[in-house]
Parts: sequence; structure tokens; C-alpha cells
Amino acid sequence: MRIVVASGKGGTGKTTVATSLAQVAAERDAVHFLDCDVETPDAALFLHPSLDVHREVGIRVPRVDPQACNACGTCAEICRFNAIAVVGETTLVFDDLCHGCGSCTWMCPEQAITEHLFVTGTIDSGTTPDGIAFARGLMNVGQAMGMPILRELKKRTPSPMPRSSGAPRRALEIRDAPPGASCPVVETMRGADFVLFVTEPTPFGLHDLKQVVAIAHDLGIPAGVVINRDGIGDDAVGAYCAEHDLPILLRIPMDRRIAEAIAGGRTLVEAAVDYRPKFRDLLEQILAEATV
Amino acid sequence: MNVAISIAGQTLDAPFDARFGRAESFCVVETDTGNWTIHANPALSASGGAGVLAAQLIARLGAQAVVSGAYGPKAHRTLSAAHIDCFLAPGNEARSAAEILDAFTSGRLALADSATHGGHHGD
Repeated sequence: MRIVVASGKGGTGKTTVATSLAQVAAERDAVHFLDCDVETPDAALFLHPSLDVHREVGIRVPRVDPQACNACGTCAEICRFNAIAVVGETTLVFDDLCHGCGSCTWMCPEQAITEHLFVTGTIDSGTTPDGIAFARGLMNVGQAMGMPILRELKKRTPSPMPRSSGAPRRALEIRDAPPGASCPVVETMRGADFVLFVTEPTPFGLHDLKQVVAIAHDLGIPAGVVINRDGIGDDAVGAYCAEHDLPILLRIPMDRRIAEAIAGGRTLVEAAVDYRPKFRDLLEQILAEATV
Repeated sequence: MNVAISIAGQTLDAPFDARFGRAESFCVVETDTGNWTIHANPALSASGGAGVLAAQLIARLGAQAVVSGAYGPKAHRTLSAAHIDCFLAPGNEARSAAEILDAFTSGRLALADSATHGGHHGD
């Protein structure tokens, strides 16, 4: 079961909800947490994993063997990112324009191209004190493409979880999505069983919620909504959800206790234990909605 | 020799375009005869690597020199690999391609030995 926590608008409480959902789920289930916001991953600030495994990842960029290359220009023609230039008898490669798609290698009639790893980031992984298997992607400073790191993060092989003697543990993967509604958000949602949208009841929150709802709809993934900072703004988010059959699974009112806990690097359910049963209900509702 | 000039228009009277990769078009002049041709710049709408794409066009057109207002690192590297001399013309005053051509043929333009600015992509 793969659950994505997304929002559209930034700062609505994705990580707040995702980390608390993970902690409550870990009370009985085997939980993998993926921080998919590779530009600014922050879930580790709340779940405190010991990140002891680091793996360099990136894209595979072309290297041209000048002996085998006859400067036919096929690679430069095929590259939609202009990362290869052929002038005269010389073939030039610009690593920072390359997206690692591999088309040039595939199309080279002389098989003169081999591919080499160009490191753009790392995957850090480890375990949290709650027993959550945690992993995050972290893009290197100066890089512009998060997608290859995100794909590697999703490919990560889950480590075996210890078995408990009680009820059978369910295998849950919780993905904390990046903000926005661009490619990395689509990639985070791809392959998921449920998308939980965390929004705030403001015109900005609603505007961006509509965009990510459309993505989940196109991908055919069931979805539900958490309204954070409930009580501010207006009722337009509620009306929109009713109109589009989007269940509102939890409302979290504006609460100074929660804001202070987040600022101190603690999760919502650690600071406000009365929310633990609410998050347990949220998880069960998600599992029920996802399997309808 | 053939010289390519970055311009915004379709004739020698068109204004000089000081951008290289994002120039609207290039005018290629055969300096011995004065014959010229206009070529649309396919890099105008490229999402990235415009300088690389434009430089390959200049190489294909058989120019030995190019005149523009600025060259990024990738454009300069590509033009250099093609043994094309990069000349600089100041773009801060409105001038026609013909005036730029006159400045070039009378030897008043300086060579850009390296890129005139950093890249726009990534680094």
C-alpha cells in the first residue's frame, strides 16, 4: 500500500501530516517513509532517522569515443536538449544540459557512445527511533533536475522488517511529495494507491488543490483531503470537495501547540497526543478508500 | 570569407540583435561579393542549449566568423571547436546589420577570446 501526501500549495502541512501518519502507522504496521521533496527534504527534522547509508545517484551522460565516431551528427539531431553538438569532425557533450534519456547512445549508428554516471544527488536512508524505514533524496547544490533522484528513491529496495507476534503487520509506504503540481509531483504520485491532499481553507490553497486533484484523477488514483488550519479563510475548499466527491478525512484547527511543536522539530502527534486516535482513524479511512 | 551576423529581421537593413543564442535570425554575408542570405534561428524557441544549437547552424552555413553582442560558455566552446572566430559588437545602440558589416570589414570589431558571460542553465 503506497500513500502519497501532496498539497499543491507549499506550507499547508504535508510533512506535518505525513510524519504523524507514519508514526501512528508504525505502532502496528511496517512503514517505509520516502521524503520525495529532493530539493528541500525536511521530514528527517521530525522523524529523526539515523541516516547511515548514503548512495550517490544521478544521470547517465554520454561519452563519445573519438576513434569510433564519424561525426555523422545523428546524436546532435536526436538530442532535444541540445546537450550534444557536432561541428566539423568534433562531437561535444554538455553534461549540464543532458537529461540522461539515453537516446544518443541508442541511436548512434557507430555505437561510439558509452554512458557514465554524472552524480546529481544522494539517497540517504536509515531507521527512525519508531522503527520506520526512512529514505530521502537530496539534490546537490547547483543541480536543476530532481526527477532522476526521485526515480532512484522510488526504486529503493525495502529492507526486511522485523515481524511482530500480534496482528499481521501491513506493509505501508508513505511518500511525502514536493509542493507544486509539476513533474516531480506527478512522479511521486505515479504507482501510488492513494493520494492524501493536505490543504488550507484559503483561495490559494484551493487554487493549487484543484491542480493536484486533476493529476490524481488523470492517474486514476483515489484521493481524500485533510484541511489544515481549519477555521481560517473561507468555506470554498469544503464546497469544492463536496462537489467533486472528495472525502474530507480530517480537519486540523489552527493550534499554537502544534505550531510550536513543529518549530521545535517534534511531530503533531508527539505534541498533541489527543490527535493519535484521529490519525489512526485517518489511516484506516485511507486504507478503506484505497481498496474500494 | 563568410561572416554571420545576429539580426532581428529579414534584410541587411534589419536591426542588429546583440543576443547570440536567442537571435531572431542570422545574416550570412560573403564579404568578397557582398552577397547575403538570411537564416531563421532554430534556437529561438529552444527550452535550453540555445547557444549550442545556434552555433551548429553557423557551422553548417559555412561561416568563418560570427558577429554578435555576447557569447555564453557553451556557444563559445562550440564555435571554437568549429574554428569560427567570435567577434563582438556593442549592442547598446540601435544599428543595422549593414552598419555592423561595415564595422567588421573595416576591422573595428574585437575578438571574444572566451565566453562573455556565465551560462544560463545549471551552473
